[in-house]
Amino acid sequence: MYSFEFEKPSTIADAVAALASEDAQALGGGQTLIPTMKQRLAAPSKLVSVSGIAEMQGVCIEDDGSVAIGGATTHARVAVEAAGSYPALAAVAGQIGDPAVRNRGTIGGSVANNDPAACYPACVLGSGATIVTNTRQIAADDFFQGMFTTVLEEGEIITSVRFPVPQAASYQKFLQPASRFALVGVYLARFADGVRVAVTGASEDGVFRWSEAEEALNKEFRPDALMGLHINPANMIGDLHGSKEYRAHLVGVMTKRAIEACS
Amino acid sequence: MPKDSGIGASSKRREDVRFLTGAGNYTDDINVHGQAYVHFLRSDIAHGRINSIDTSAAEGMPGVVKVFTGKDFEGVGGMPCGWEVTDRHGAPMQEPPHPILAQGKVRHVGDPIAAVVADSLEQARDAAEAIEVDIAELPAVMNMKAAAQEGATLIHDDLKNNICYDWHLGEEDNDKVNEVFANAAHVTTLDLVNNRLVANPMEPRVAVAEYSRGTEDYTLYTTSQNPHVIRLLMCAFVLGLPEHKVRVVAPDVGGGFGTKIFHYAEEAFCTFAAKACNRPVKWTSSRSEAFMSDAHGRDHVSTIELALDAENNFVGLRTNTYANLGAYLSTFSSSVPTWLHGTLMAGNYKTPVIQVNVKAMFTNTVPVDAYRGAGRPEATYQLERVIDKAARELGVDPIALRRQNFITQFPYDTPVALTYDTGDYNGTMDKLEAAADLAGFAARRSASEAKGKLRGLGINCYIEACGIAPSNIVGMLGARAGLYDAATVRVNATGSISVMVGAHSHGQGHETAFPQVVADMIGIDESMVEIVHGDTSKIPFGMGTYGSRSLAVCGSAMVKATEKVIDKAKKIAAHLLEASEADIELKDGQFSVAGTDKSVAWGDVTLTAYVPHNFPLEVEPGLEETAFYDPANFTFPAGAYACEVEVDPETGQVTIEAFTAADDFGNIVNPMIVDGQVHGGIGQGIGQALLENCAYDENGQLLSASYMDYAMPRADDLPFYAVDHSSQTPCTHNPLGVKGCGEAGAIGSPPAVVNAVLDALNSGGKAVDHIDMPMSPSRVWTAMHG
Ligand SMILES: Cc1cc2nc3c(=O)[nH]c(=O)nc-3n(C[C@H](O)[C@H](O)[C@H](O)COP(=O)(O)OP(=O)(O)OC[C@H]3O[C@@H](n4cnc5c(N)ncnc54)[C@H](O)[C@@H]3O)c2cc1C
Repeated sequence: MYSFEFEKPSTIADAVAALASEDAQALGGGQTLIPTMKQRLAAPSKLVSVSGIAEMQGVCIEDDGSVAIGGATTHARVAVEAAGSYPALAAVAGQIGDPAVRNRGTIGGSVANNDPAACYPACVLGSGATIVTNTRQIAADDFFQGMFTTVLEEGEIITSVRFPVPQAASYQKFLQPASRFALVGVYLARFADGVRVAVTGASEDGVFRWSEAEEALNKEFRPDALMGLHINPANMIGDLHGSKEYRAHLVGVMTKRAIEACS
Repeated sequence: MPKDSGIGASSKRREDVRFLTGAGNYTDDINVHGQAYVHFLRSDIAHGRINSIDTSAAEGMPGVVKVFTGKDFEGVGGMPCGWEVTDRHGAPMQEPPHPILAQGKVRHVGDPIAAVVADSLEQARDAAEAIEVDIAELPAVMNMKAAAQEGATLIHDDLKNNICYDWHLGEEDNDKVNEVFANAAHVTTLDLVNNRLVANPMEPRVAVAEYSRGTEDYTLYTTSQNPHVIRLLMCAFVLGLPEHKVRVVAPDVGGGFGTKIFHYAEEAFCTFAAKACNRPVKWTSSRSEAFMSDAHGRDHVSTIELALDAENNFVGLRTNTYANLGAYLSTFSSSVPTWLHGTLMAGNYKTPVIQVNVKAMFTNTVPVDAYRGAGRPEATYQLERVIDKAARELGVDPIALRRQNFITQFPYDTPVALTYDTGDYNGTMDKLEAAADLAGFAARRSASEAKGKLRGLGINCYIEACGIAPSNIVGMLGARAGLYDAATVRVNATGSISVMVGAHSHGQGHETAFPQVVADMIGIDESMVEIVHGDTSKIPFGMGTYGSRSLAVCGSAMVKATEKVIDKAKKIAAHLLEASEADIELKDGQFSVAGTDKSVAWGDVTLTAYVPHNFPLEVEPGLEETAFYDPANFTFPAGAYACEVEVDPETGQVTIEAFTAADDFGNIVNPMIVDGQVHGGIGQGIGQALLENCAYDENGQLLSASYMDYAMPRADDLPFYAVDHSSQTPCTHNPLGVKGCGEAGAIGSPPAVVNAVLDALNSGGKAVDHIDMPMSPSRVWTAMHG
C-alpha cells in the first residue's frame, strides 16, 4: 500500500468537497478498494470514507412504495432490513461474499465498482432501480456501461439506490467455485407492466438485460417460454471456471429457475 | 470400552487451547529487536534472459539497508536437491543450479530477481519498484510433451534437454510386457491428468534470521516441518556455515502439507543477509507470493494400461507418466514421481507384471515437490481409475473385480520393489461395505432421481508406503539423507517428563498423542509428560515430519528411549526395594517386587535419580535417555473408500452426499486424532477432485494466482464423513505396531470422487469414460454434452 490521506466526513457536502482534491477516492466498505491498494494496483492520494454519513445509511420506504437503500448501507443490513419490504433484494445482499464482507461491503461501493460478476448490479438493473447521486438520478438502464464502468463522474457519490418493488422477484446465483461471486447470476423481476431479466457474471460487457427472454415472458410467464431462446456464446466470458458455451447455457438454466421461483 | 487415557484413548488435543484462543507463537509473531524487512522483487516473466539489473535508484531510497541481486550470491551454493535419481540407463539425473536469487535467467513467474532489505516493509517495496530490470523474454516451456521433444527451447542452457530423468521401475523387458498385453483377454487404457495443486497452508511461509557479531551465532526462525533438515542443508550446501553456529527454530507452524519440508531460498537469503546487513532480517510471504513461490504439488500426465485375462485377473500393468518438476529441483522433488510413485503401482493387487515409466520434466513453472501423499496419490489415482474403467467396460461389479485381485498373502513382494509386511484388504472392504450401507444405495439413487438428480457411487482402494523410511534402502535409491528419527526422554527429579523429539507437529497433534504413549508405558498421568519439538538447540537430530512418519519412526525412537529410562529406573527401584532387578515390575506408576506387597512410587525413584543419597553405585545418577530409530521397512496403511455424489444434469454441479473411509492404520494411539487426520486428508482429496486447479496459460502466467481463481474446499463443499478404522493389522516391525495416517485421506479420496461422478453420469445414460480433475461444473457439463 502507498501512503494516502484519510477523511471521514459526516455530510454529503463535506464528502463532495473532500473528493474534489486530485486523485481522491470514495471509500465504502473497502472490500474491493483496500485489497487493490494493498496490491499496489490503486494509489489514491486520499480516501474519503462515506460510512460516517448518517443520511447514506439504512433502508426506508418512500411515499411511492419504492425501497430506498442508503449508498453506504452494508450488505448485512440490507439482508435484514429489506427482508420485509423487498425480500428478493434482501436475499441478494445475504448471498454476497461471507459475513465479514457483508458487514463491511456497501451497496454504493458494489454498484459503483460494477464488477462483471457482482450480484447487486443484476438486482439494480433487473429491478429497474434508480441510482441517486449527490448531483442527479440515473436510471439503471443508463448507469452500467460495461465491465467496471459506469456513468459516474469523478467525485460523484452514490447517496442511495431506489428500488421499485415488483410483484415477484428472484435472484438465481450460480457460484464461481473459487471466488463465489456469480459465475452466472440471473435476477428476474415481475412487475405489473412487464418482466425484467438481468444477467451478471456471464458477459464480457458486464451486467445486461436478456431482452428476448423478457419479451417471451411478457407473452407467457412460464419456464417453457424460454424454449428455443439461446444466448449467443460469442461475447460471453470464457475462463478457467467455465467456457463461453457453458455460461450461455447457465443463463438459460438460471433464468428458468428464477421463473419457477416466481411462479 | 474406549480407554480414557493412554494408548487408545481419544485424549483432547492439548495444543488446541493455544491455537484456538490466539495464544500460538507462529514465526510471524516473532520480532527481533532492530529487525529489517526484506521484499523480493519477483519475475513476472516466465522465461527470459536478464540483460541488466539496475539497483542504483533503489539503493538511495529512504530506509533502504541493502539491495541484493544474484551477483551477491556468486560463490554461494544454490538450493540443493536431497535425492539423486538414477535414470533408466544408469546415469544420474540432470541437476541444474538453483540460485538463491536469479543468475542470468528467470525461469518462472515468481522467480526472485532481487531483494531489498529496508527499515520497513513498505520502504522495501517502494525501493523494489525502483529497481530497473531488463529481461529479454524467451518462449515459455509449458507443455511437458513438447518440452521433451528434440529442439525444444532449453530452460537450463547447460543441460542437454529439459528432461531431468527418464526413469523406469518394474519389468525391464519390453517384449515381455508387450506379450502380456498381446495375450490379454481385455486391455483397458486411460489417459489422465493429476492436476497441479497449491498446498495453501493457512500460515504462509515466514523467515526471521539474526546474527550475533559477538558470538558469530545465527538463529533462523522459520516455518518448517523439519528444522534439523533445514539447518543441515543450509549450512552444508548453501551457505557453508558450521552447524553448531546455527540454530534453526520452527515454532508453531500453521499447516505444512509437505510444502514446508523444503529448504527455500528465502530462508537462506535471510540468514545470509542478517550477517551482510548486521541486522536481523524478516520476510513474511504474502498470499500472492505463496502462490508463486511455495512448492506446488502433483502435476502428472499419464497413460495407464491394465491387462486382464479371461477370468478378469489382472495380468499386466503399464504406465507412462510425464511428471512436472517445474523450473528447478526442489528439495525432494525428484523422489516424488519415482520412489514415492512407481513403487506404489501394485496397489492392493497381485498384478504379476508391472512396468512404470516416468519422464520428469523441467518447465517454466514453480518447482513441484511433495504435497500430502506425494507420489502415492498419483499412483493410486491412475490405478484405481483404470480398474474402475475396466469394470465398466467388462460389465462387472467394481468391488468384486477388486476383491478378486487383492493380495491376500503376507509378506508380499511386489514387482515394483516393495515388501508389504501385512494387510487385510478384504477386511477393510468388508468394513466399508457395512459402514457405507452399500446395500441401500439403489434406494438412495431412486430418491435422487426423483429430484431430477443423478446419483453415483465410487469405490476405490489405496495403499501407501509410510513411516518413511529405512535409511539403507532409501540410500540405495538415491536419498542423500538418512531417514531415521530420534527422541530424548528427560525425566525430571519430581517425575514429570520432557520428551525432545525430532518430529515436528504442525497440526498433527503430537503434543497430545506422544505423551499418551510415554504415560501409558510408565502408568502415570498424561499431563506429566510434555514434548519439546521444533528447535535444533533443544532436540536431538531428527528428520522431521512428513510421509506419515512421526509416530511410526520418531514415536518408535521415543518408545526405545522410554524403555531405556524404565530399565534404569528399575535398577534404582531394585536398589531402594532391596530386591533383584529381575523381580521389579512397573505398573500404574509403581515399581513393585513381584509376589510381594513391597513397592516404590515412580516419583520416589525419579527423585532418587537426582538426589542419589541412597543409590546403586554402579548406576549413573540422573534419568535421561536418547534413542535413534531407523525402521526396518516402510509401513503400509491401506483401505477402501466410498463416495456418493449427486450430479445436477442441468448445470453439471457435483455435490458430495456421503463419504466413507475404512482404513487399516494398524494400532491406534488416539482415535479422535486419527479421525481428524483422515477428515483433513479427505477434504484435500475432495478439493483436488472437485475444486483445486493450479493453472498456467501458454505464456507461463499463473492464472489461478489468488483465491479469486484457486478454489479451496470450504466447509459447505464437504460432507460429514463416516470413518472406520476398526480393521487393524498392526505393523510387524515397529514397537507400537502403528502405520501412520496423515496422508491416507488425500491419497484415497480423489479416485472415489471421480469414480462416483462417472457412475452418476453413466447411470443417466451418458457414456463418459473420464473427466479430468477438478471436475468443475463446467467440465462435467461439457463432458455430458461433448
Ligand atoms: C471475499 C469477498 C467476496 C465477495 N463476494 C461477492 C459476491 O459474492 N458478490 C458480490 O456482488 N460482491 C462480492 N464481493 C464484493 C463486495 O460486495 C464489495 O463490498 C463491493 O464490491 C464493493 O463495495 P465496498 O463498499 O466494499 O466498496 P469499496 O471497496 O470501498 O469501493 C469500491 C469502489 O466503489 C467506490 N465507491 C465506494 N462507495 C461509493 C459511493 N457511495 N459512491 C460512489 N463510489 C463509491 C470506491 O471509490 C471504489 O472505486 C466480495 C468481496 C470480497 C472481499
